[in-house]
Amino acid sequence: MGNKNLSTSVLIIGNGISGVTAARHIRKRSDLSITIVSEETKYFFSRTALMYIYMGHMKFEHTKPYENSFWGKNKINIVEGRVMSINDSLNSVELNDGLRISYQYLIIGCGSKPNKFGWPGQDLKGVSGMYHLQDLEQLEKLSPYIDSSVIVGGGLIGIELAEMLHSRNIKVHYLVRESSFWNKVLPKEESQMITRHILDHHIGLQLETELKEIVSDTHGRAKGVYTSNDDYISCQYVGLTCGVKPNIDFLTESESNIKTDRGILVDKYLQTNIENIYAIGDCAQQTQPNPKRLAIEAVWYTGRMMGEAVARTITGNETPYNPGQWFNSAKFFDIEYQTYGWVNAQPNPKQEKHLYWEHPQKNISIRLAYHPNTFKFIGVVNMGIRLKHEVFNQWLEDHRDISFVIHDLQHAHFDPEFYGNYIKMAKTKFEQHLIPEYS
Amino acid sequence: MNKTIQTLAISIGLVGFILMTTTVFIDFNRNSFILTLSLILMTIGGLLYFLNQYRGSLPGIKNNHVYRNSLTNRGVLGFLLGLLITFIYVLIYWYPETLGYQSQAPSTGLVALFDPLSYLLNGKPASQWFVYGSLYTFAILLFGIKFIYKYRHNRYQIIRTISVMFFQFGFAYFIPEILSAFNPDTPYFAKDLKNIWPLNYYFFDQWHLKNMLNGENLGMFFLILGLALVFVISPILTFFFGKRWYCSWVCGCAGLAETAGDPFRQLSSKKINVWKLERYMIHAVLVFIFLTTIAVIWSFLGRYPDYFIDRNRFFVIVVSVTLLATGVIYFTKRNGFSKNSRLTVASLGLIIVTVFAIRAFSNETHVLFIESAKLQKSYGFFIGAAFSGVLGVGFYPILGSRVWCRFGCPAAAILGIQQRLFSRFRITTNGGQCISCGNCSVYCEMGIDVRAYAQRGENIVRSSCVGCGICAAVCPRGVLKLENKELKNRMPTYEVPLGNHL
Repeated sequence: MGNKNLSTSVLIIGNGISGVTAARHIRKRSDLSITIVSEETKYFFSRTALMYIYMGHMKFEHTKPYENSFWGKNKINIVEGRVMSINDSLNSVELNDGLRISYQYLIIGCGSKPNKFGWPGQDLKGVSGMYHLQDLEQLEKLSPYIDSSVIVGGGLIGIELAEMLHSRNIKVHYLVRESSFWNKVLPKEESQMITRHILDHHIGLQLETELKEIVSDTHGRAKGVYTSNDDYISCQYVGLTCGVKPNIDFLTESESNIKTDRGILVDKYLQTNIENIYAIGDCAQQTQPNPKRLAIEAVWYTGRMMGEAVARTITGNETPYNPGQWFNSAKFFDIEYQTYGWVNAQPNPKQEKHLYWEHPQKNISIRLAYHPNTFKFIGVVNMGIRLKHEVFNQWLEDHRDISFVIHDLQHAHFDPEFYGNYIKMAKTKFEQHLIPEYS
Repeated sequence: MNKTIQTLAISIGLVGFILMTTTVFIDFNRNSFILTLSLILMTIGGLLYFLNQYRGSLPGIKNNHVYRNSLTNRGVLGFLLGLLITFIYVLIYWYPETLGYQSQAPSTGLVALFDPLSYLLNGKPASQWFVYGSLYTFAILLFGIKFIYKYRHNRYQIIRTISVMFFQFGFAYFIPEILSAFNPDTPYFAKDLKNIWPLNYYFFDQWHLKNMLNGENLGMFFLILGLALVFVISPILTFFFGKRWYCSWVCGCAGLAETAGDPFRQLSSKKINVWKLERYMIHAVLVFIFLTTIAVIWSFLGRYPDYFIDRNRFFVIVVSVTLLATGVIYFTKRNGFSKNSRLTVASLGLIIVTVFAIRAFSNETHVLFIESAKLQKSYGFFIGAAFSGVLGVGFYPILGSRVWCRFGCPAAAILGIQQRLFSRFRITTNGGQCISCGNCSVYCEMGIDVRAYAQRGENIVRSSCVGCGICAAVCPRGVLKLENKELKNRMPTYEVPLGNHL
């Protein structure tokens, strides 16, 4: 063992969006030698598209944003393997096949893994998360034998998994702990809209229900679950989608000197406690996060931004990770969701007030949040209608007043041509509600 | 979706199709009942199938199982369908007599089956081209209804599809046939109101120009319309709306590609090398069509020396326009010549050299020692028929629905050059919202890697984009929007997408 060696200036663990973005931007800015170690797949693919492979919208090939030749052309070396340990005094890592790679800078972007909360039977066959390509491959193999499935967890991956299984005519029992879908993030009306939409798609949604136990058959395969209501649901597949957590077991198990908590602890420069080791993306935990933000943000966009920032730092332009205005988006079956700014699902009425418009028939809504005293615009949540990132970002940066935002709302319209003028409908309602307040 | 209904629908449609096919072997003669019955059965079968396919599902994107279906994933069914369509095209183009067409005697078989319809519309017996045009239009209308139902949540798609259905049925089929009926004595010229040169490559052919000139008011109308389309209407509309005004709203090739071809749109290759090939091919066709058109106008002017422009004037016009174009490129690119601009200048140079050669070595019937008629004929065979028909439609299930539009159509090439350089049209990317999922690229029928731009937060300005709007429709994050806006800052570039304070 240890007879193979490799040396590189920048070593990146993980070829997800954060690691790959870091590699691309380091290459743009320098001639440093770059090596990416990856276990899941050789080439970068878009994890967000896993569901579309299963539903037959695309093939795995299509989820790769860059052609295979891209990496060679850009002199980004890819090594397939799993990092077993990091030796920070020798500046090297060791892979599962014995290869030792020494580095000048190490960037850890090893991503997340699905949460499991110690449910009985959580490691049975036919139980999985939906995060890695391997999760998908497993589900694909199992699918011909699944008539009925159970999904646990009311978040983004859960509802995507429900849509996936539903596309194969598999009965879906969807257990959600909350009283309405994703209502910790979505305000009440939006959450109810999505809840109705899930039911319209004939998903067996069970609210305020948790998983108690997964029952095994004689071959160690899941054959059913008991819910918190002591109901028994027979199924051949259980999807555990209760969020994700940093995928850092290889650090804790190998007793590295890199400080971790839930994730790898990093300062505002994404630097760990060791000078030439950085952590980015889902696996990084900010020690001094922006007060409005979480210490760990497992979001595509923040992973990308950390990659952009760390690339600058490593190429000599020390740049703190400083994401701007919050934005996010998703699609729940047929309803698109976007948000810009900082809208709370259950706001403190002294600090945040909402204006809400919903189309009387269609699944379309716009919610504007503002401060009740200063009338400063806080953010927007829109469902079933597309709004412009650039415009809202600018309004937030400029600390615009809510009346300004309402007045100019038309400028943020991003729906395709010929779509109904829903902005106008929303605006009329907003103006009626806001004007009495002003006077 | 109900599987029994699906089987029933396919059976009904197949009975209609087989009934029509039987006429190739068994002569039903001019039986309008069989024709009507066959078309009705295919319509009922088709509509039943489409309605049932999306029945019970809510409005939204319907791409489930596209890559799990043998028909739409280059499986056995796809190849069989490709063979079938190719076979039909070969018969129509080169062996029409097998379909019953006879130039001297009354037709039999399939062609005769369409006689009643042809008499009804234009007062003449059917030709194989009438059969082709009727079935082509029928397919656009039938699959157009399907497409509208599939995209019933998307008004851009609905309106655009009604537009291609309208232009195909009205401008390319119904009105031309009626005009023929009302003007039975005028010599033949293309009466498709929307068929723009150089897609209609024989527009400037001697016989075609002559027939238009001898075609009284109607002929003059089509001559003026044809010239206005090329030199006035198209540049204006392309400036304001991009080439989509033609390439996905009006054109008949688009009509079929966007309706019957829609299930195959994802099969276009997105590889960078194929993009390179596309640019060489489509512009080579364009240069070729320029040269042949110059040649045929040259020989036409030789026959009609007292026409309002003579050969010398024509020569001067062509050379000065080409030199002007070269000058513009030199001026705009004086700070560095890209490979593309070098190739463009080389092409323009080739045109000038050829024009000089034509002037030096041509006579009445021969242009550059080649019989001008033959030059046109070979274009008609290789590009007009083999490429646009057999490869363009026959290979839908293998290469996607826009092979012709992407690699071969000279009109698309011209509109594309203008769209890239001088148009208000672009696809806007919504800040930093792209998640690189790839739906946009997969469902781009023109093979544009839309994601490559979207994930950098950049707008998409590509000469090949026909503005079908499907990338924007399938995007799960609301990232893309087709827009016509001011020219300024049409293609901004960013170091990183919006949202990061660096």
